Amino acid sequence: MNAECGVPQIIINEINKKYSGAKAKKVLEEINKKYEKAKITPGEAIGVVAAQSLGEPGTQMTLNTKHFAGVAEMGVTLGLPRLIEIFDAKREPSTPTMTIYLKDKYKDDEDAVKKIAAKILEIKFEDIMENITVNLLDFRLEAQVSLESLENYALTLDDVEKALKNVFDEEDVKVYKKGLIKLSPKKEIDVADLYKLKARLKEVHIRGIKGITHVLPIKKQHGWIIQTAGTNLKKVLLMEDVDATRTRCNNIFEIASVLGIEAARNAIIREIILTLKDQGLNVNLRHIMLIADTMTIEGVVKGVTRYGISKKQESVLARASFEVPLKHLFNAATKKEKDNLKGVIENIMINQTIPIGTGIVKLVVDDAKRTKKKGE
Amino acid sequence: MDEIIKEKIKSIEFRLMSPKMIQKMGVVKITTPELYDIDSYPVDGGLMDLRMGVVDPGLRCRTCGSKVKECLGHFGVIELARPVIHIKYVDWINNFLSGTCRKCGRILLSDEVLRKYDEKIRNISEQKGDMDKWIFIKEIIKKAKNAKKCPHCGEEQLKIKLEKPYTFTEEGIKLTPIDIRERLERIPDNDLEYLGLNPEAGRPEWMVLTLLPVPPVTARPSITLETGAKSEDDLTHKLGDIVRTNQRLFENLNAGAPEIIVEDLWGLLQYHVTTFFTNNVSQIPPARHRSGRPLKTLEERIKSKEGRFRKNLAGKRVDFSARTVISPDPRIKINEVGIPLPIAMDLTFPETVTEWNIDWLRKFVENGPDKYPGANYIITKDGKRKRITSETKEVILEELSPGYVVERHLINGDWAVFNRQPSLHKMSMMGHRIKVLPYKTFRLNLCVTKPYNADFDGDEMNLHVPQNDEARSEADILMNVINNMITPRYGLPIIGAIQDQITGNYLLTKGDVYLNKKQVVNLVSSLSGFGVDSLPTPKKKTKDGEFWTGKQVFSMLLPKDLSVEMINKADEKVVIKNGELIEGTIDAKIIGAGKGVLLQEFYEKYGSEKTSQFLQAISLLGINYLAQRGFSVYISDTDLSKELLTKIKQRLEQAENEAYEIIAKYKNNDMEAYPGRTLRETLEVKIMDILNRARNEISSIVEKNLKESPTIIMAESGARGSALNLALIAATVGQQALRGTRINKGYKKRPLPHFERDDLGPTARGFVKHSYKGGLNAIEFFFHAMAGRDSMMDTGMRTPKSGYLQRRLVNAMLDLKVWDDNSVRNASGQIIQFKYGDDCVDVTKSKGGKIYTGGKK
Repeated sequence: MNAECGVPQIIINEINKKYSGAKAKKVLEEINKKYEKAKITPGEAIGVVAAQSLGEPGTQMTLNTKHFAGVAEMGVTLGLPRLIEIFDAKREPSTPTMTIYLKDKYKDDEDAVKKIAAKILEIKFEDIMENITVNLLDFRLEAQVSLESLENYALTLDDVEKALKNVFDEEDVKVYKKGLIKLSPKKEIDVADLYKLKARLKEVHIRGIKGITHVLPIKKQHGWIIQTAGTNLKKVLLMEDVDATRTRCNNIFEIASVLGIEAARNAIIREIILTLKDQGLNVNLRHIMLIADTMTIEGVVKGVTRYGISKKQESVLARASFEVPLKHLFNAATKKEKDNLKGVIENIMINQTIPIGTGIVKLVVDDAKRTKKKGE
Repeated sequence: MDEIIKEKIKSIEFRLMSPKMIQKMGVVKITTPELYDIDSYPVDGGLMDLRMGVVDPGLRCRTCGSKVKECLGHFGVIELARPVIHIKYVDWINNFLSGTCRKCGRILLSDEVLRKYDEKIRNISEQKGDMDKWIFIKEIIKKAKNAKKCPHCGEEQLKIKLEKPYTFTEEGIKLTPIDIRERLERIPDNDLEYLGLNPEAGRPEWMVLTLLPVPPVTARPSITLETGAKSEDDLTHKLGDIVRTNQRLFENLNAGAPEIIVEDLWGLLQYHVTTFFTNNVSQIPPARHRSGRPLKTLEERIKSKEGRFRKNLAGKRVDFSARTVISPDPRIKINEVGIPLPIAMDLTFPETVTEWNIDWLRKFVENGPDKYPGANYIITKDGKRKRITSETKEVILEELSPGYVVERHLINGDWAVFNRQPSLHKMSMMGHRIKVLPYKTFRLNLCVTKPYNADFDGDEMNLHVPQNDEARSEADILMNVINNMITPRYGLPIIGAIQDQITGNYLLTKGDVYLNKKQVVNLVSSLSGFGVDSLPTPKKKTKDGEFWTGKQVFSMLLPKDLSVEMINKADEKVVIKNGELIEGTIDAKIIGAGKGVLLQEFYEKYGSEKTSQFLQAISLLGINYLAQRGFSVYISDTDLSKELLTKIKQRLEQAENEAYEIIAKYKNNDMEAYPGRTLRETLEVKIMDILNRARNEISSIVEKNLKESPTIIMAESGARGSALNLALIAATVGQQALRGTRINKGYKKRPLPHFERDDLGPTARGFVKHSYKGGLNAIEFFFHAMAGRDSMMDTGMRTPKSGYLQRRLVNAMLDLKVWDDNSVRNASGQIIQFKYGDDCVDVTKSKGGKIYTGGKK
């Protein structure tokens, strides 16, 4: 009805559908009244409230939890360590994992899912080899591929040969039928380089998506999903069979670089909620949103640390009061920084009213008028 | 003290301090390391010179003529015989030296390049602000440092190296601070910005000290010991070293001493000045006190938790506060705090005398400080503070007139802020009304223990008395307990009934409890003042008299227009219709702290005042009913029948067998590993799963089969304890965990020498078969102690970790507030959210963040 009442259009529409005319208006009025009553008061220190709302349950969380949601699931860092990890904005979570949802047609198709999972799993040369020997006599590497594991991974020697030839263009790659591989350098190199070559050979990527070290197909109520250890969001989302809309990843930085900062914000919110839920703690979404917003407001994910959000504070005194005060003071001196005393701690420091809550209310009295009235 | 002018500080600017300024500030030139003469009178030109302020009572400052405490102190100055590098600026000096030409002093970048940078700098500071500008300038410095040849005069540049902490060498030749200062002087103002120094902030040569400001005596007071000996502050000691070395250097220079001696002394002076600023520079030994304790110099005074910033600036000590042990008082109101009489007579409130209250306040003055309710001080119109004593009382009473301030004792109804550490919450500091009570502890209502996280095993709490009407009304309106009943964390009442209060209401409302008139009146009479004035019509009339149900008694506290439907802990419907509890049992989910659905509904409908009264009423009803009925727990509550015990034993044996089966499989290599796990890990997971399943099953068997007993009642009502706790006592304690796994540590391949190596069975890895009541055997007991210690470790590690996390969170977020347009912005006005939480809804004013719908129509 009227736009300024603050009730979202969807709800207005719904009310109009259910009720008509005067009744709808009355319902809407009632809702509006309730809404106005529930509105936040300007000046409220919601930053501190949000921080406390997340900090206080932190004291109730358990340490050292690697949680297994089911018997056969992968362990994921949870509890306080995970919460700290999220707020620190660590580049790499201690247990990176992805939950890959597949297109609807694979929902109940266990075999297909397993096949896809196998395709995702990164296989390096060391996973399929039996041994590598450095043949100093002929100056080459000799590796024996385990035919059994090739079969397990549904690979052929041709695949291996192709992968090797892709990587080693300065070396001769020869693959023999029984899985023997001979790798001899074309150029003259010394022994140390040969050993380096050996290390490189082990790391050769044969198949799958880089970074995914484990895959685990799990049956959930809504069908089969794949859980992974290790993440590579970009590659996985590009896969044909993957439902990119539902696939999740717990590496916030990766999400920020692949999907952008808004997605990272949502990921932070989601990860915090997951961690809290697992511990059976209840924190209102608003607080989590506010923290996620402050962490991402600069366009990049900033941690709640002295290098992240706290570094961005405008006030010298506020920064100095947090950590390493002297560094900030000397920096401020050489930069002729000015502290405008607009924040909270600065004003606490110099014993002035803090600009929050009742502190922002100013009373202006027209003294001339007042005395006049008194005189009357 | 009245001389202090109150002005609002608008901003604070930071700059380098110029030698000129230091000279101007210095009221005295320090020339002698001696402090006092034979009569222990401060020496002129010494470090305790009276011109720098006074710390001894009786003396007057020779600069401003004020007494102790009135004079804030004045700086002195030391003229250094040779310049010395300021340790905290070495990084800047390094940039200047290696970024500028050794001959002409210009930056080692051509004017053309600089012009390009100029534009970039301007762009960045316009778009992103000054902070990013300086980050960009770091890159310019890096470029300038790499130049080999001066683009302005063509001079070849030599590599300058900083040998930490403060020696500069140019291709191996040491640069003295004099050389450095000369070079810094040559740098033109225009080039400073590219090298990381705002030209308006000062000149680079100021970073090499020629004059040293001496902090006033008031900043480093000496302490007179009982013996009469004076003990000097660490700073004074350090300054003494500096003056001593400085004077020696002067003498040697004047006497034309050999270069080596001068060099040595110069180095020593540099060392002393460096440690005067900071005493923990790596590579140089910290200056020590005679006792071997490292001196606490300037940086240590400012730094870290105990430093000026966090100890004195961000947190302050306050007057008008009290601290003592707390104890419970169920009959005190929820927003009251009982304070002991001695505290009430020590803490005061300054009440201004007006025409209307002068008679009232006169009585306080008449009583004086020793009789309650009295007054300790009065403040006259011209601001003089007078203590009321038996001698002064008459005079004071005479002169007392409007405009005077009487600092009167606290009386019932005054406001105070009550607090318990750790203050993790805003609910850790709430406003309470004062109630003066006998004895020596603070008394509080049991319902507020939850927000404070308090118990009465010796906890102490703090109390602060607001000292003016604004503060008082904030304590009343904003901090009042009853206005903080709903936690902003999740929007449910955090203040609610606990323990026995819940049990009582549960028993009262469970099924049909019939009470005779005497019993009902007994219960109700304790609730006088809660709007209960008449009994409802009895439910049952027999020849033995009239009978009321417990539900009826409970309903007497409900307002007549309240109708709600709720689900309780047992998943039953609880129906209240027109103020009548029709159906369902009241339990923790309905009235408990942290849950309390009924309280929530009540709060929404009737407001905070009524809710607090209701809560108080039901909590009293609960404990009174328990007192009437009788309630106790026995060890026999946990007795299980023989069949049940054998059943549990069988179940345990079965689990054990299963575990052994799997172990056998593992040992025969007949087991398949879970993906991503080793075989051993898989085994652990499987065994843990088997044992946990067994315990959970046993726990539910126990829960189902225990007869109705007080213990069960407590668990079922949600008052205290759980079915699991019962199972631990009655049936089995179960697997003990160490670091989240079974106990694998200890001896080689076995946790204790009582087992064989590689025994992976449940018993050998910390499975406790017995129950607490049945008694643990020695091995089980040991495992249990291990797990207990592990959980102690866990808490010990967690507390500081989560504390630090919270400090960081608060520091990062504390400037955020909701603006008038409902947007959330930080201190610099940057918008964080356009609409708080996307909908502007306050969690405390809503139903867990959702707007109230007003219940069913």
